[in-house]
Amino acid sequence: MKYYAEKALSYLDRREVSYADVRVIESRERDITTKNGKMGNAASEESLGIGVRALVNGCWGFASTDNLSPDSLAAVAHRAVEIARASAQAKKADIVLAPELKIVDTWVSPFKIDPFSTSVEQNLSLLLRADAEARAVKGITLVEASLHMRRVRQIFLSTEGSAIDQTRVVTGAGIETFSFQNNDIQKRSYPNSFRGQYQLKGYELLDEIRLVETARRIAEEAVGLHKAEQCPQGKRSVILESSQLGLQIHESIGHPIELDRVLGMEANYAGTSFLTLDKLRNLRYGSEIVNVVADARLEHGPGLGTFAYDDEGVPAQRTDIIKDGQFTGYLSSRETAAAIGENRSNGTMRADGWNRIPLIRMTNISLLPGTWSLDDLIASTDDGILMETNRSWSIDDRRYHFQFGCELGWEIKNGKKVRMLKNPSYSGITTEFWNSCDAICDQNHWTLWGTPNCGKGQPSQTMGTGHGAAPARFRNVTVGIAYA
Amino acid sequence: MLDKQRCQEIFADLLKFSDADETELLIGGGGSALTRFANNTIHQNVAEEGYSLSVRTSYGQRTARATTNKFDSESLRRVVAESSLLARQQQPDPELLPMPGPQSYPPVDRYFENTAAVGPNQRAGVVAAAIRVAEKDGLTAAGTYSTGAGMHALLNSRGLMAYYRGTQAEFSITTMGSSSTGWAKKTAPDAREISGQALAERATSIATSSRAPKEIAPGSYVTILTPAAVLDLVGFMFFDFSGQAVRDQRSFLTDRIGTKLFGANINISDDVYHALQFGPPFDGEGMCRRALPLVERGVIKNLAYARATAKAMGTEPTGHGFPLPNEIGEFPTNIVFAGGNSSVDEMIASTARGILVTRLWYIREVDPYKKILTGMTRDGTFLVENGKIAGGIRNFRFNESLIEMLNSVEMLGAPERASGEESFPMVVPSLKVSSFHFSEVTKF
Repeated sequence: MKYYAEKALSYLDRREVSYADVRVIESRERDITTKNGKMGNAASEESLGIGVRALVNGCWGFASTDNLSPDSLAAVAHRAVEIARASAQAKKADIVLAPELKIVDTWVSPFKIDPFSTSVEQNLSLLLRADAEARAVKGITLVEASLHMRRVRQIFLSTEGSAIDQTRVVTGAGIETFSFQNNDIQKRSYPNSFRGQYQLKGYELLDEIRLVETARRIAEEAVGLHKAEQCPQGKRSVILESSQLGLQIHESIGHPIELDRVLGMEANYAGTSFLTLDKLRNLRYGSEIVNVVADARLEHGPGLGTFAYDDEGVPAQRTDIIKDGQFTGYLSSRETAAAIGENRSNGTMRADGWNRIPLIRMTNISLLPGTWSLDDLIASTDDGILMETNRSWSIDDRRYHFQFGCELGWEIKNGKKVRMLKNPSYSGITTEFWNSCDAICDQNHWTLWGTPNCGKGQPSQTMGTGHGAAPARFRNVTVGIAYA
Repeated sequence: MLDKQRCQEIFADLLKFSDADETELLIGGGGSALTRFANNTIHQNVAEEGYSLSVRTSYGQRTARATTNKFDSESLRRVVAESSLLARQQQPDPELLPMPGPQSYPPVDRYFENTAAVGPNQRAGVVAAAIRVAEKDGLTAAGTYSTGAGMHALLNSRGLMAYYRGTQAEFSITTMGSSSTGWAKKTAPDAREISGQALAERATSIATSSRAPKEIAPGSYVTILTPAAVLDLVGFMFFDFSGQAVRDQRSFLTDRIGTKLFGANINISDDVYHALQFGPPFDGEGMCRRALPLVERGVIKNLAYARATAKAMGTEPTGHGFPLPNEIGEFPTNIVFAGGNSSVDEMIASTARGILVTRLWYIREVDPYKKILTGMTRDGTFLVENGKIAGGIRNFRFNESLIEMLNSVEMLGAPERASGEESFPMVVPSLKVSSFHFSEVTKF
């Protein structure tokens, strides 16, 4: 693989190209799904290709191909330069990159069991056992279970001399149970909705999440929701369990802190951000107990945003995003760091494969744990709703106004969970919501969730991001308006 | 671009490595490029070329798929072996059918040499001209201009051979002022249909006429939806026009086939052969796509059926299946929503008080059976009063049932090929609905 990268780099005329990097990526994936006691999908995919990014006369050009013949490598290098030259037709200022150290390193993400060492029979057997547990519950009409494994090796070479060989292994799995009764579809998912939990781990993840042991309870909840009361409308205290809070962090903190959005570079599609540059260190984002970091280091945990180096060759870092409630940091790149007065990228550029350019992407954007136990948190809530597992999510294109729906709610009265509620939803304005946070559970309740499907960019890219969270309480939140 | 003959050669090579009862090959790929601009400058400019080779093997009632983008002999051997390994480790699926034999397809011609040949300088020139339009009005522009050519082929060991090639061009622009934004987008198989300048002028007009937006109270309003807004809303219901989804009882059409669910002025079909449609005349199993009435005078008439779904439900396949194996079966993707004769101007003129929506954003399903969707307005939302546009307003969040919305359509525009961001391009009209529920307002 390194040969292809070196060859492509050698075809660039250094008198014209002020900077270039080349990524050769080889990936392997396996997807297994089951549905109502049968195999749903069994597929594997491998891919190998190269992408060349060149800075010419202050403008970017990028070209990619899966044809790695010598002629094609020369052509893709020249195409990147040709495209960069064309970019100059609409140029306002030269792109300048923040300096970065030359890195030569090899890194493989840790795992205990190589997922590709497991057999399809083994994979199917586990999913089918979980499926059978769920379908044993009367009233369940559809059960889907899924397992995904991926290994991606990337060779990164730059004209500055960096040479990084990085391999990441990701595993994910989950189960979804549905019940249709009396013109009502209810659903419960585990460990999270939209295909479960994903982490930078091997097959050991499957032992940890205990799909088979939990499937029956989840299915019983799905059926039970039909008899539950509709979530009321009004203002309530809301406790979000950690996976829903992870998505809340993703949408209302993770996206608005992307500096490319802030600078208007995503305006046509993903939108911009309410976090204009004047708000850095001048905005009370949340209450004093809210502390959020962007942390791509392995020390933070095996998240989908964990790596050793980003796709510009910048080492993984930890950045304070919200400290004691104050907004303190953005996600940046070598191109954008100067806009916030920084002389170095904080290492968040990642690309969805060899045929895509790196963009600023969330790493692990995590809410640091607080001091509460969940039992104490519930016991100290007079009138509230505990909401579990995301069902719908939506936020405006500047990331102010959001609305989330969850699969299940628990009404809390006088410190006790008194009854199940169906179709719970809540909405609000980002900073008002985070400022209403008055309790966060402790490390014992903290989970690093994986969001495998974050979309951004044109052409579109899908990226995995990590979000650590423990259940937290928010006061005076609008609930139930989705069904108003 | 891989041509039909080369696909056949690859398949012949591949078959040498297969001991399966049946073998299928899907080849897809091509070249595409996208010039992206923001802050009135080109900031990203990319091109890609690639092909994937996807093999399905079947052993009795067991099947699986393996995919690679490497075409050398050893890779062909490995991808067949991987597919075989995956298939052999499964339990038999009693619903798996033998692969179909040779099929015939009506010709569709959606390949334009001029579009395939568009290069970075031509794209940059179009972008530069669009930026000048925005700058003239003191606005900041962001957007994309993309062009590409692709192919899609399906071959199997029972003699089926299907091949399609097509081109696509798309221009999208957002123009931003200090208090307002505007947007326009167009997608076509022929780049000559796209005028970046005209789209820039439309986006600029929307941005300038929605300056200094006022906040008005949320509630139910008469609402005029442009084709892009209609597309992004109704796109959420076509996954449910699937026999398999009804079988799984996850569709909002469960127990509703044959019922009058929408207003009598709603007529929707799926028709890949429509002059404004895209894509190949065959589905993921190589079956010929049939034109299919979905909704007639508000009545749910038909669902799409892949072969296995059709057999299980006692009907005929419609040519809307996805490559096997899969969990979802099928759904229609060449939507033609019949329209009327009303222009957006006439809709505005007939409205005493209402809202005009340019574009919707971040739409998600709140309730799968009531088909309640939520989302935001974006890039040009207007108050209409006394038959005229009264000015821009702050963006709303909506929570609206598609069933209720399609029961309250008062006027329909002429259908056009529209493209948005939440769904695939469709042929849809603008709509005026008597009630659309905006639940909350945001800060801009």
